[in-house]
Amino acid sequence: MDNFEFLEDDFAFVGENHESKKEIAPPVTPFFKDFMRRLGKNKGACIGGILIVIIILIAIIAPMVSSYDYAEMNTAIQSTSPNAQHLFGTDRYGRDLFTRVWQGTRISLFVAASAVIIDIIFGMTYGLISGYFGGKVDTVMQRVQEIINSIPSLVILTLLLVIMKASLFTIIIALMLTGWIGMSRITRAQVLKVKEEEYVLASKTLGAGHFFIIFKNILPNIFGQLIIMSMFSIPNAIFYEAFLAFLGLGIPTPQASLGSLINDGFKSILITPYMVIIPVIVLAILMLSFNLFADGLRDAFDPTMKEM
Amino acid sequence: MNQQPILEVKNLKQHFKINRKFTVKAVDGISFQIMPGQTYGLVGESGSGKSTTGRSIIRLYNPTDGEVIFNGKDISGKMTKDELKLLRTKMQMIFQDPMACLNPRKKVIDIIAEGIDIHHEFKTQEERNQKVYDILELVGLSKEHATRYPHQFSGGQRQRIGIARTLIMNPDLIIADEAISALDVSIQAQVVNLMKKIQKETNTAFLFIAHDLSMVKYISDHIGVLHLGHLVETGTTEEIFNNPIHPYTKSLLSAIPSPNPKVEKTRVSLSYDYATSGIDYELGSQHHISGSHYVLATEKELEEWKNTE
Ligand SMILES: Nc1ncnc2c1ncn2[C@@H]1O[C@H](COP(=O)(O)OP(=O)(O)O)[C@@H](O)[C@H]1O
Ligand SMILES: [Mg+2]
Repeated sequence: MDNFEFLEDDFAFVGENHESKKEIAPPVTPFFKDFMRRLGKNKGACIGGILIVIIILIAIIAPMVSSYDYAEMNTAIQSTSPNAQHLFGTDRYGRDLFTRVWQGTRISLFVAASAVIIDIIFGMTYGLISGYFGGKVDTVMQRVQEIINSIPSLVILTLLLVIMKASLFTIIIALMLTGWIGMSRITRAQVLKVKEEEYVLASKTLGAGHFFIIFKNILPNIFGQLIIMSMFSIPNAIFYEAFLAFLGLGIPTPQASLGSLINDGFKSILITPYMVIIPVIVLAILMLSFNLFADGLRDAFDPTMKEM
Repeated sequence: MNQQPILEVKNLKQHFKINRKFTVKAVDGISFQIMPGQTYGLVGESGSGKSTTGRSIIRLYNPTDGEVIFNGKDISGKMTKDELKLLRTKMQMIFQDPMACLNPRKKVIDIIAEGIDIHHEFKTQEERNQKVYDILELVGLSKEHATRYPHQFSGGQRQRIGIARTLIMNPDLIIADEAISALDVSIQAQVVNLMKKIQKETNTAFLFIAHDLSMVKYISDHIGVLHLGHLVETGTTEEIFNNPIHPYTKSLLSAIPSPNPKVEKTRVSLSYDYATSGIDYELGSQHHISGSHYVLATEKELEEWKNTE
C-alpha cells in the first residue's frame, strides 16, 4: 500500500457523468407460493386441514343420507350399544346416535363459524377504530373493553338467560358479547404497528382521508394476519359451546350439539360409556385439528410470529 | 435575489409530551428559508430532530409553536381547505426506508397514481395511466414496471418509485428525509443525480435531510446544521465548508472521509460532546457572520471559536 503511486486525478469528482453498475433486483418467490410451500411442509397443519375437511363433509352428508331423523324417538330400541343398524348406538329415547352426533357436529361448527364471523366484524372494527384514531378515543375504548372483559362470560350468559330462552341464538349472542375482545386486541396491535409505516405517512402527505388510509393502506396489510388469528377462536368457540351445554345452559332438546350429547351421555357414563366417548372423540379431534391448522397457517404466514 | 422564498420556517418548535412531568423538545425554535428551485441541506446526528422538522413542516405533526410559510401561506396552524390542498399537493415527501415506504399490497401504478387518485386530477383512466408512464420514464424506469409489486424491485428502484409518487403532483418543494441513507453508495449517487436532474427540469426546491455532510455538499445550495433540536449553524455550502465556526459543525466536517487513502490516513476526527463542552444552546442567539452565514452562540463563545482557527 505504501509504495503505491496515486496520480493527480485519481480521486477527482466524477459528478453526473458517472455510470455506475445497474442494480439487480433480488429474485423473489411470490408470497402466496411461499406460503403454500411452508404450509405443505408442516405435517400437523396438513393433517389438521384434512381432518377438518373430512369432519365437515361427514357432518353435512351423514344426517342427509341417514335413514333416521335426529329427533325420531323409538322406545323399542332404548340405549342399544353400537351395532350395524346404529353405528354409534342409540340414546335413552332410542334416537340414532350416529345421526345425532353428526347433527351435533353441524351445530357446533355453525356456532364456531358464527362466532368467528362476529369476531371479525365486531372485534376488527372496534380494534381498528381504537388503534387508528388513538388518543382519547383509544383510552375510552380500551377502558370499556377492559370492563367488559372483566365480567366472566358465564355471568353474562346467566344474565342473558334471565331475559332470553336457552337457544342457539342465545349461545351465539353470549359468544358475541365476549369473544370479540381477543380479536379487537390483535387488530389494535396490528393497526398501531402499521399506521406508523412510511407508506401510511406517505398517503397522509398526499392528502388521503381516513377512509382511504384505512381501507387502501391499513386493512389490506393486516387482513391476512387477522383471518389467521381468527382461526384460533374457532376451537375456543366450539369448546365454549360444549362447556355451556355441559352446564345445562346449552341448546334445548331435541336439538343436539356435541356438548349437549356429552352432557346427556354423562348421566349414564358407567352403564353406556359409548354415549359419552364418541362425541368426546369427535370434539377432541375437531378442536385439535383446528388448533394444528391455525398454528400451521400462522407459522406459514409469518415464520417470525411463532412467539405471539 | 429578491425573490420570495418558497418555504419560510420561523422559530419552529415541536415538543412531544411524554407524561405530565416530561416533554421531549425534539425541535426547539429553528428558522430557515428555502428559495424556489434551490436545495437546503439539513444535517445533524441521529436524534437531532431532522425528521421531526420535516414532519412538522409537512404537517404530519402539529407544530407546538412557530410559523411555517409555504408559497406565502401560513400552514402551521389551522388551514383553510385551499391551503390544505396546496400543502398536500405542492409539498411532498420522500421517505428514508425504501422497504417500508411503498405499500406492499399495491401495484406500482397505483402507488404512483395515489396522489392524483386522491385529488381526482384526471379525466379518463387512460390519462391517469399515461401520467404514470411518463413519470416512470422520468425517473428512469419503464412502462413494464407499472404492473409489478414493490417487492420485485431493488432498493434504488423503490426509491425511484417513491420519487415518482411525489413528482406526479408537480410539487414546489420536496422534503427528502434521509432518502438515500439506506442505499448502497453507488446507488446513492444515482438517486442524488436523479434528484439534481429533476430539479433542473422542474425547478422544484428540496429540503434534503441527511446525517452526514458528504452528500449534502454535493447537492445543497444552503446547509443548516441541526443539533438537539437547535440550528447551530446555517449558511451557503461554501460558507459552511470554508469557514465553519461552531465546534459541532467542525466535528461533522472532520468526519467526512476522503477517497484518497493517503489523505484519509492523516484525517483527524474532532470529537464534540455537548454535555462536557459547557455550551448551553438555550443561552445562545443567532449571530451574523457574513452573507447568509449565522451561528448559534453567546458573544463569549463566538469570540472563543473565532480565535481557535
Ligand atoms: N412521536 C414522538 N414522540 C416522542 N418523541 C419523539 C417522537 N418523534 C421523535 N421523538 C424524539 O425526538 C428526537 C428527535 O427525533 P428525530 O426527529 O427522529 O431525529 P432524527 O431524524 O434527526 O434522527 C428524538 O429524541 C426522538 O426520540
Ligand atoms: Mg430521522
